Amino acid sequence: MNLNESFLTALDSLMANKLRAALTMLGVIIGVAAVIALLSLGNGVNESITGEISSIGTNLISVMPDRENSGGYPPLSTADVEALSDPLRAPAISQVAASVQGGQEVIYSGASVNTTVLGVTANYFEVNNMTEFQSGDGLNQNDLDTSARVVVLGAGAASDLFPEEYPISKSIKINGVSYEVIGVLEESGSAMGNTDDNIYLPLSTAQKRLYPDRTRSGERAVSGINVQAASEELAEAAQEQITEVLRDQHDIIYAADDDFTILSQAELLDVFDTITATMTAFLGSIAGISLVVGGIGIMNIMLVSVTERTREIGIRKAIGALKRDILAQFLIESVVLSLVGGLLGISLGWLISSVAGNMLGVPTVMDGGTVLLSSGFAAAIGLIFGIYPAWRAAGLQPIEALRYE
Amino acid sequence: MIEMRNITKTYEMGTQAVHALRGVDLRIEEGEFLAIMGPSGSGKSTLMNIIGCLDTPTGGSYSLDDVDVSQMSDDDLARIRNKRVGFVFQQYNLLSRTTAVKQVALPLMYAGVGRRERIRRAQEALQAVGLGDRMDHRPDELSGGQQQRAAIARALVTQPSIILADEPTGNLDTSSGEEILEIFKELNAQDITVIFVTHDPEVAEYAKRTVLLRDGLIESDKQNGHKRTMEHAS
Ligand SMILES: Nc1ncnc2c1ncn2[C@@H]1O[C@H](COP(=O)(O)OP(=O)(O)OP(=O)(O)O)[C@@H](O)[C@H]1O
Ligand SMILES: [Mg+2]
Repeated sequence: MNLNESFLTALDSLMANKLRAALTMLGVIIGVAAVIALLSLGNGVNESITGEISSIGTNLISVMPDRENSGGYPPLSTADVEALSDPLRAPAISQVAASVQGGQEVIYSGASVNTTVLGVTANYFEVNNMTEFQSGDGLNQNDLDTSARVVVLGAGAASDLFPEEYPISKSIKINGVSYEVIGVLEESGSAMGNTDDNIYLPLSTAQKRLYPDRTRSGERAVSGINVQAASEELAEAAQEQITEVLRDQHDIIYAADDDFTILSQAELLDVFDTITATMTAFLGSIAGISLVVGGIGIMNIMLVSVTERTREIGIRKAIGALKRDILAQFLIESVVLSLVGGLLGISLGWLISSVAGNMLGVPTVMDGGTVLLSSGFAAAIGLIFGIYPAWRAAGLQPIEALRYE
Repeated sequence: MIEMRNITKTYEMGTQAVHALRGVDLRIEEGEFLAIMGPSGSGKSTLMNIIGCLDTPTGGSYSLDDVDVSQMSDDDLARIRNKRVGFVFQQYNLLSRTTAVKQVALPLMYAGVGRRERIRRAQEALQAVGLGDRMDHRPDELSGGQQQRAAIARALVTQPSIILADEPTGNLDTSSGEEILEIFKELNAQDITVIFVTHDPEVAEYAKRTVLLRDGLIESDKQNGHKRTMEHAS
């Protein structure tokens, strides 16, 4: 008997018990759908973040404090920002922005929101690619020099505080002090860390009124410095100069560790890549486990089916079916179950990931590799979990099988 | 030709052994028409299953058409069942969800015959047993006698040289039983060896030779009409 006949025979038996076949498939359908959905969402998130980071430009470098090595004091200061801005000391650097931040309660005419309030340098918006404004404008150097009481709102913060009014020139209260709204940013639409609810005011104002922290040497502290290298080629040189200047500024002896951390966009890209890859692998393997459970379900049903159909197997053997005929029939049944389940699972997974992707605002990326992998995996599961029941069926002695009630 | 020498069959039931056959010598020429009789538990079915290569003997030698089959592999036995022997069971043993014509075509499928050809031959076989108008009926849509005739068609379809039937009329009323026996008679007239088991002496009369089993041994072996008894050493 050829494989074609075995296939038709197997299909016949499956069609004779459609409900059972469907329920058996369900395990594989869910497993494959989960794998597909999670992998394509994971890939989508990864790609959008990667895209975002590279769009900012790989010449951006962040400097963050490392408090463990600074004796508990905030290590970075306004003086550091000035030092890094000196083209004689750090020629590879073109721009230096800084910020200091914390959570604050912000009040406007009775309504209040808790959000992140940052004190920033005037060039902060430009360096961080936040140059689009819904209305008004960003901060200028004069605002910083005079420690002006003005704020720029993120799009989300603006709509929270001013659901119905035009925010420009309105006055909001932070920590009991009034500030005039001079600008509202466009929505960022960013997938990594939502900055739309943030509120920005001049660094000098924030340091005086909200975040009076000082470094060990008494300088006014900042919580982060964003450096733009003069060009992408100079990014590495810029990193070295930052280290040099800051160690000098902080009087760090040769043997001691840096009290700050430097993260370039290129490194950030790597970090995010690793994070999303790990996440995707983790979720994928959980989904994989459900696929294995689906496979065990197939084995279970096939074993029941072999027992139930002992007499049928006896009859087939009595009229001349060889071991391999019976083996093929049952094996094909389980592979068809898992493969059809796999294909349905792929469609379902694709559906789930596009719906979820839409809701979460992440693109989904379903590549041929994922589809091939999971359908191959599903077929393999049918084969692996089908072998034992099929082997049991093939090994039955005809006379005993016929006698079975 | 069937040649059995000192065939034994022992079932191990835990510590106890059941001796179903205790040394059967039997020679059946081509074209014979043979009835096997004997009390319940005397080993008739056991003997039939061994003749039909559904089961293997514990001891002794059995050759079918001069080929020793007593020590053959499972798959070789399956090929013999497929091509040389047609087996008819008391309980018909039809596949419950399969139509008569597909049912009868099944042995040809395992023999590797193409789809068209086997449907054609299955239809012929069904016609030969008088089921030409029941081709697409499933077993539960057929009477007992019709089911048994379908089973005979299935046994015939590969054109075997031997038809074996274990109490083929046991579940049937007298007239359906007679129809079955008439079919056997016709087959035998075409030089096919027919061997069947029965409890009923009248049914046994259809055959030309009757073998009587008792306690796993042949007690008597006579040509119908003129009786002759054989002596046996156990
Ligand atoms: N699978 C088995 N396991 C154990 N003992 C068995 C088995 N099959 C048959 N026997 C025993 O072998 C003996 C012969 O059985 P067999 O079925 O050949 O009898 P039979 O002549 O066909 O009887 P009946 O007329 O009732 O069908 C019986 O004692 C039976 O109990
Ligand atoms: Mg019996």
